[in-house]
Amino acid sequence: MTKMIYAGGRAASAPLLGHETEPTLFEISSPGRSAYQLRTTGIPAVPLSDVIPAAHLATDVVDIAEVSERDLVGHFTRLSHRQFSVDLGAYPLGSCTMKYNPKFCDAVAADPRFNTVHPAAPAALTQGWLELMVTLEETLCEVTGMSAATLQPAAGAAGELTGLLLMRAYHEANGDVRRRVIIPDSAHGTNPASVTLGGYDVTTIPSDERGLVDLAALKAALGPDVAGIMLTNPNTVGLFEDEITEIAAAVHDVGGLLYYDGANLNAILGVVRPGDMGFDIVHMNLHKTFATPHGGGGPGAGPVAVSSRLVEFLPGPKATRLEDGRYDWTTPSRSIGRVHGWHGNAMVLARALAYINVHGGDGLTRVAQHAVLNANWLKKRLSATLPAAYDRPCMHECVLTSSQLKADYGVRALDVAKSLLEEGFHAPTVYFPLIVDEALMFEPTETESVQTLEALAVALETIAERSRVDPDAVRHAPQATPVTRVDEARAARHLIPTEDAAQRA
Amino acid sequence: MPDYLPHTDEERESMLAFLGLESIEDLFDHVPSAVRLAGGLHLPAGKSEPDVAADFDRLGSANRGTTANLVCFAGAGAYDHEVPAVVRALSSRSEFVTAYTPYQPEVAQGVLQAIFEYQTMISRLSGLPIANASLYDGATALVEAVNMAAGATNRQKLLVSSGVHPHWRAVVRTFARGTGHELIEVPLVDGITQWSAVDTRGAAAVVAAYPNYLGVLEDLSEAKAVAEESGALFIVGADPIAASVLRTAGDWGADVVVGEGQPLGTALAFGGPYLGLFACTEAQIRRLPGRLVGETVDTGGRRAFVTTLRAREQDIRREKATSNVCTNQTLMAVTAAIQLGWLGTQGLRDVATRCAVGAHYAHDQLLEISGVEDASTQPFFREFAVTTPLPAAHVLSRLTDEGILGGIAVSALATADDPSLPTGVLDRTILIAVTERRTREEIDQLVAAFAKAVK
Repeated sequence: MTKMIYAGGRAASAPLLGHETEPTLFEISSPGRSAYQLRTTGIPAVPLSDVIPAAHLATDVVDIAEVSERDLVGHFTRLSHRQFSVDLGAYPLGSCTMKYNPKFCDAVAADPRFNTVHPAAPAALTQGWLELMVTLEETLCEVTGMSAATLQPAAGAAGELTGLLLMRAYHEANGDVRRRVIIPDSAHGTNPASVTLGGYDVTTIPSDERGLVDLAALKAALGPDVAGIMLTNPNTVGLFEDEITEIAAAVHDVGGLLYYDGANLNAILGVVRPGDMGFDIVHMNLHKTFATPHGGGGPGAGPVAVSSRLVEFLPGPKATRLEDGRYDWTTPSRSIGRVHGWHGNAMVLARALAYINVHGGDGLTRVAQHAVLNANWLKKRLSATLPAAYDRPCMHECVLTSSQLKADYGVRALDVAKSLLEEGFHAPTVYFPLIVDEALMFEPTETESVQTLEALAVALETIAERSRVDPDAVRHAPQATPVTRVDEARAARHLIPTEDAAQRA
Repeated sequence: MPDYLPHTDEERESMLAFLGLESIEDLFDHVPSAVRLAGGLHLPAGKSEPDVAADFDRLGSANRGTTANLVCFAGAGAYDHEVPAVVRALSSRSEFVTAYTPYQPEVAQGVLQAIFEYQTMISRLSGLPIANASLYDGATALVEAVNMAAGATNRQKLLVSSGVHPHWRAVVRTFARGTGHELIEVPLVDGITQWSAVDTRGAAAVVAAYPNYLGVLEDLSEAKAVAEESGALFIVGADPIAASVLRTAGDWGADVVVGEGQPLGTALAFGGPYLGLFACTEAQIRRLPGRLVGETVDTGGRRAFVTTLRAREQDIRREKATSNVCTNQTLMAVTAAIQLGWLGTQGLRDVATRCAVGAHYAHDQLLEISGVEDASTQPFFREFAVTTPLPAAHVLSRLTDEGILGGIAVSALATADDPSLPTGVLDRTILIAVTERRTREEIDQLVAAFAKAVK
């Protein structure tokens, strides 16, 4: 590198500096103002009371807000300026795969020939959508090494529960009553919550000193009442479970199934496939791996792919290619039923297919390679400042620990994360996984440049140095953001979930 | 080789050298070779964006959207309401679109405040004090509601009116496989739920829809009484547009209100992403599923917003959580707040009134056609069901030939033995919805085409 290249992903120049609060929409409301305009219909106007009996009519007016279009635009634009986003800067939030979301995929989804289609329109009018869904299903099966998939689940957790119901349907069809599902102690919280809703008990097994599944502990926990195991691989510590073949054999030996939590699929695209590792059920987070935007907390999409022995249980109806080349809806013979009101988050599915088709098979492999390259580079670059929790090669994310900063200066992982916000970066995930002390989990993703990673490392070194000379400043960071640290205890103790509650308070 | 990677060849080499590696494949040396994929993925080679756009253009041409050449009278839970340019522009702002869940409130006040405003609006339209930050869709919101009721009552029996959308009932049935809930679908006669037809004792939940999926506005007093007598939670699936002019579900005595939020600014979008509305009483707040935003202050005393009562949630409570929901539909909730802000108090009432008046205008004319009958004689809001002498799918196909998506065949939603309609009638029943976007001319065309189609 011969000339200085500034980091493309550092957002410290953003004017996130307003220190006044933005009024709520209700506070800028003025009686009598309005913004809306509707079609001229020519339908004779009659009072509502002429068509709907009085017993059903409201006696009070439901107050919404009364604003002009200009004020509406000003308000929500200012709110948007009080919000960090991938488009603004690097978002190395571990476990969340906050990669760049290509604008092209949004443009595909904005096409009215896709987004004005009614979900209950007859199949003859929706052949393009059905073909898209069949193609995506086939593609996801190739990526995961599975036989068939449902696209209905609206998010990863919905996929998990769907997968557990498939597990249950499979065992029940075999006349096999099973009671427990095994989960490592490093698992995402959605895993045990989904197991409970799937009607199973959770058995938690410890991780070993390498941060991996303790095979002996797993074998001790296995038995004929075990329905299956839920694993993330690479796991939530960012490490590959290298004994996966032995794990799969042990679980299959007792008649259990292996569930793959696809939260970390970005690490292995084109390198390893869950099906080839012995998994029977896989959910994917299209909003992570396939770059569909996360929307501030959704919409996502959590398709579930399964091995051949589970295909007949998949949710339905599902888009299917008929022998004559047309497409229609069919329901698998022993389907567990619907898991979504319609066909899943269709627009997210369209975006994901567009992303996959731009990359192709080779491109997806490059995605995984560079995600892993970036994480390993950052891990090594920071080794003197924030050592890795486990001294092994990581996959797409690395878990570092700030336990030394805590011991030496009383600076916690949370303080480091908060300080990073005013250095122009989003914070990493902190205190997860639960098994690592003062955990800081960084997932740089493949779309950040080495210059951005270097700037991130320098920012963390700066914070570490500041922890030594002025730990109070770190403990009180951030100061340059729209608000400083918020009183979470007060929010829970004096709950104010609406404007009406605020006015009563 | 199209992709979105920033790495130059030189940078990649230097990063690998820093790690002491020779090739990028070496990064995966610790992955056992037995499970490694040999030969790469069998997928087509990557294409440039314009080339992929051409493929999607072909797919798009194989769809018929509800744009100019297909006038939409289809509803059945997904409605063709006006979404203006200003709402599309604001809800497409990349700060909202490309943010993650607001875990760092210092840099997430935009999304948090928008959700707070959304919660306020949904609370008011529900007539209940608490509304969460969104769920996936109406159907899955109902699943969360019945789980809440089962937790609150420590019971398993769900009495669900078959006026609840057939897909919602199907989704509840699916998830009951895991929770072990017993689902009893209560039949309708003339569009009205026959609560006395079932044993209501020991129920966890009594679930009604307002309006129900046939469009009917049922008097909810009986359902409320059944819930009170049996000690169940009263859950109402309510339409958020109707709620601006009709009695709110809270006013009818609901403990929990769920709904499909798609009519609040979200495109038809082939069924998703939509928006699950969820509101409840204060008594149920510890069992609330999903996220909740609350107002608080920062260290400088300034008003700030933050996700709150987090101890209910899966990442903290794990197997004892109230729900497994993590990612929800925040962008649709933000969009709903923007859409409701655009409509305002008066605009929302105007839309609701136009829907009801337009639907009655269409209904009265259609009923003059020989052979077209009411599926129910009860009051309705923006949608109604008619029976025809011919199979519904046949009639609708002929309307499509005239450029009209004339409604939804109930047979596309429910099996022939569904308890919502008499046997032998269901496959001749069509749901017809009229929103504020339908003109008199379009309705007159529908009526004329309908008259021809049922001959």
